[in-house]
Amino acid sequence: MTWVNAVIQGLLLGGLYALIACGLSLTFGVMRIVNLAHGDLAVCGAYLGLVLSSAAGVPVWYTLPLLLPAAFAAGVGLEVLLFGRALRHGVLAPVLVTFGLSVMIENLLQVAATADPRGLNGGALALGSFHLGSITVSWLFLTTFLTACVVLAGLQLALSRTSWGRKVRATSDDLDTARLVGIKVRPVFASVAGIAIGTAALAGVFIGTIGTFDPLTGTNILIFAFEAVVIGGIGSLWGTLAGGVIMGVTQVVVGEINQAYAVLAVNLVFLAVLTVRPGGLFTSHQTAGEIRGAGIGGALG
Amino acid sequence: MSEPEALLDVTDLDVFYGDFQALFGVSMAVAQGGATALVGANGAGKTTLLRTIAGAQAPTSGMVRYAGSDVTAAPPHQRISRGIALVPEGRKLFGSLTVEENIQVGAAAAASDAWPLERIYATFPMIARRRRQRASTLSGGEQQAVAIARALAAAPSLLLLDEISLGLAPLVVGELYETLSALRAAGATLVVVEQDLRRAMDACDDLVCLLEGRVALAAPVASVSRDEVIAAYFGEGSP
Repeated sequence: MTWVNAVIQGLLLGGLYALIACGLSLTFGVMRIVNLAHGDLAVCGAYLGLVLSSAAGVPVWYTLPLLLPAAFAAGVGLEVLLFGRALRHGVLAPVLVTFGLSVMIENLLQVAATADPRGLNGGALALGSFHLGSITVSWLFLTTFLTACVVLAGLQLALSRTSWGRKVRATSDDLDTARLVGIKVRPVFASVAGIAIGTAALAGVFIGTIGTFDPLTGTNILIFAFEAVVIGGIGSLWGTLAGGVIMGVTQVVVGEINQAYAVLAVNLVFLAVLTVRPGGLFTSHQTAGEIRGAGIGGALG
Repeated sequence: MSEPEALLDVTDLDVFYGDFQALFGVSMAVAQGGATALVGANGAGKTTLLRTIAGAQAPTSGMVRYAGSDVTAAPPHQRISRGIALVPEGRKLFGSLTVEENIQVGAAAAASDAWPLERIYATFPMIARRRRQRASTLSGGEQQAVAIARALAAAPSLLLLDEISLGLAPLVVGELYETLSALRAAGATLVVVEQDLRRAMDACDDLVCLLEGRVALAAPVASVSRDEVIAAYFGEGSP
């Protein structure tokens, strides 16, 4: 029963990883930007949640109607001010720009908020749990997992069914031709960046409620997000969920044996996938391995 | 040299790719309802000229006038909304989108709703059957038809076609050109880049031959012989 429990807890933890990672997956799949500040932006979301919820004296969930639009707007702003400009200067510029952004955010947070670890007020949800036979399930972890599923399913539906989604997939397939057939690429990029930062901030709120965060937490978040994306296959949203779940289950199951090796085991799984299937586990069609071809569009099918 | 009723009027275009100059002072005019064949050897600048007209490539100097106004600085989506659509070389379909989605994307900045899906499928019955398939799974001829359909979805007045017969069986090419003449009959203006000189001269009333980025010959098809065109094509007897 210990093992069943470990797998279920790991599955739920995987939802959090997928939620962190889906924005990273989206920006890479569509804009070809590896946003190295993704984790730091998630942490910014957590700090914003902290400020808002302590100012209003309510659990952080009530601040989401304000926090998520703010994060979306921040993403749009970043695209317009930084990413879009950086993209015009080759493939290296966005890497340098997002790396610089990451360093700046971490240092600004240290100045503004000190290095003290913080936690978010999750209200009654953060404390409650229920029993499934002999297994205890935390409401918070279940909510995180279900939120991740809703976000991913929503994104998937929007990408596959709406005219916005068609434009996003076409842009992901071939930027030059997308422009040529009349797609306004900048609004597509801006909306994608907004959604990516919005989901990052949402993930940040869950991270801050489940555990603690400090100004440097973003780097770890980025690594986990990056691993979930690569394991699942770059650009594939369901792959990202599966990647997150594989990581979560590995972490909790190995942690059951020896807690010291839990995170190491996750990194080893990542390394193994990278060696055996560099295109990711869930890119089934022939472009697996050819990362440029495996955009968002290639993963819907 | 351009009559007032020219739909497209290109003057003195210079286009560079970095340090490499692809077009040198290229001018051409296309009359409303006309069809112009753009011929020339590989690397002569035909694709560059079409891309510049469509707005995908910015000229260093020169002007592109369309329907009486200067569109030189307009981005592609604005030109499409005004009625210029390009069928790019190599088809360039969105491989992960279905046939129908490719066509719908083409309507993103459509000039009008003159080309709804039904009309497109009626024009290209061969792709109607495949509408739910991914574009990448189609045959070459079908993909070319989808590429033309995608441009038609923008309801263009000026249709630019880049090497639509490339790699296709003669029978399929014949069908595509029949469709083009039907489009002309319906009022479309065409600029056609074509390797097959005979087909180009059959389908069009004017001919422009590019040689190393310059216009080597521009004349009505009826007034030039095949030999004159071939001489211009290879740069024989011209400076």
